[in-house]
Amino acid sequence: MKPSKPPDSSPPRLLPPRIRSVSDLRQFQSVMAEALFRPLSSRDGLQARWSDGRPMASVAGEFVKPNSRLTSVERLEIYARSYWFRVLDCLYEDYPGLRAILGRRRFMKLATAFLAQFPSASFTLRNLGSRLPQFIEDQPAFAAPHAALAIDMARFEWAQVIAFDGPALPTLTQDDILDAGPALRVALQPCVTILECAYPVDQFALALKKSGLRGEASNALQAMPDSRPASRAARPRLPRPARTFVVVHRQDNSIYFKRLDPEAFAILTALRDGRTLSNACAVSLREADPAVDWAARVQQWFRTWQSLGWFCRRLKRGRA
Amino acid sequence: MPANPFNNHTDYGIGIGLRVPHYRHILEKKPVVDWFEIISENFMVDGGRPLEILDKILEQYRVVQHGVSMYFGSADKPNREHLKRLKSLARRTQTPWLSDHLCWGSVDGRYTHDLLPMPYTHGAARHTASKIRLVRDFVEVPVCVENVSSYTEFHQSEMTEWEFLSEVAEAADCGILLDVNNIYVSSKNHGFDPYEYLDNVPHQRVGQIHIAGHTRFKKYILDTHDHPVLDPVWKLYEHAIKLCGHTATLLEWDDRIPSFDEVHDEALKAARFLAAPAVAA
Repeated sequence: MKPSKPPDSSPPRLLPPRIRSVSDLRQFQSVMAEALFRPLSSRDGLQARWSDGRPMASVAGEFVKPNSRLTSVERLEIYARSYWFRVLDCLYEDYPGLRAILGRRRFMKLATAFLAQFPSASFTLRNLGSRLPQFIEDQPAFAAPHAALAIDMARFEWAQVIAFDGPALPTLTQDDILDAGPALRVALQPCVTILECAYPVDQFALALKKSGLRGEASNALQAMPDSRPASRAARPRLPRPARTFVVVHRQDNSIYFKRLDPEAFAILTALRDGRTLSNACAVSLREADPAVDWAARVQQWFRTWQSLGWFCRRLKRGRA
Repeated sequence: MPANPFNNHTDYGIGIGLRVPHYRHILEKKPVVDWFEIISENFMVDGGRPLEILDKILEQYRVVQHGVSMYFGSADKPNREHLKRLKSLARRTQTPWLSDHLCWGSVDGRYTHDLLPMPYTHGAARHTASKIRLVRDFVEVPVCVENVSSYTEFHQSEMTEWEFLSEVAEAADCGILLDVNNIYVSSKNHGFDPYEYLDNVPHQRVGQIHIAGHTRFKKYILDTHDHPVLDPVWKLYEHAIKLCGHTATLLEWDDRIPSFDEVHDEALKAARFLAAPAVAA
């Protein structure tokens, strides 16, 4: 009687030994991408073990050839480091305010956790942080005890990304307004974002800019060799809570932010949501101070908003 | 006369990459430059400063589009939104050809934003070629595919990189953007002869050449684009021009970018090789 062969306890291969089909190619690429998307170890290398516990060396060895100077893991690590340094750099540059709130170490921890859960889903790095505000809402511990401020700042800084290169449709003309009268329905330009914040993040961002701390996150610093990092004493204090209404917009292709009165914010929000001008005013000013000449004030606001090009025609349903 | 069927733009001469630190110099000084290469993705946006700058550049200069995220080798189908934006930009720039890399970088809708090397297999070549044809037919602009620098090789590969590049280019009936710096970097990382690579690609398909600088580390070379072109790369470039004929050439300098004049002067060093006659086929 032949002795029975002992069962093979080694886990099955993750990768196909040959790549003949698109399915094989997808399997190959999925495993390599998974290796890159796993956060780096404390020594900025690949983690020692795969998600199922097998040694990383065994996984890397299935597809990466070693050479006389580098092991399979070391060759794969070149790509893993490149990936993580690139995406973390991107968030580091796009979210200087959030970084100032959390400090560099905690910001990197938050960014790493965010990217591990939400790797880029877009062909452009521009969109990398689009889900960051929601992530902080869902995982406030990463920003504690400043989670509310961090959420506001992440929303504010994402709005700046939209304002930088978001679409701007033809602005509403005087004829459009006159033709429609009080039944006018407008849309806000897609590159304009109106925000209600629990903290004055716009002022904090300006204070950071003045202190030079924003510059630490920018490539521009490399072009200014005389610049010195701002001293710790120059760091602006974190703001106290203060309900703030702010618009992030684009004017002559530069990004601006503008404070709003609460009533102005309510009217803009109602207009954005599709109410007519007359209805937006009625709803927004229902509990407003009757001593104020709201008709004159709304006219003035509207003239300003119109001159800033915030309004465009509301597209008919079914159109992009 | 065009040097080959995929190189109808010999008058394009020597270009440089359009980079942010040089915008002001270019728009104010209006230096004479044969052409600029733009990173397509930087301008595949809906509005704002990027398109304003691009339109000003287009008033003065010829522009060729170079992409970094089409990922011809990814198993995923091309992203339709990406294709539409690329086509819209191509209409805006009137790019005579566009290029992207022979690599992969996304899978299952997740993006690495890197130029990852392919497993060099016949199956992967067939798939990659079909995607190149699809992109070309959608965008309606000739496509050149660029060889990438790489730091790893795969057990699954069935052929050399230059055989893979040739097989893909022939199957897709597309042009080649030959990056001689990438050939040099990979040759050192993987221990092959870069001249064997150059000698064995279909020279008649080379529509553009990239040159760039790199950084040597203890155990490998990294394609950093932050230095002048090194001598071994100039020698490879000279050899490539002898084989391919006069070919539109572009210097890539993407990090630690010096002044416009320094970058342009470095690129213009290619002129001494471009004047040399091609070797008869």
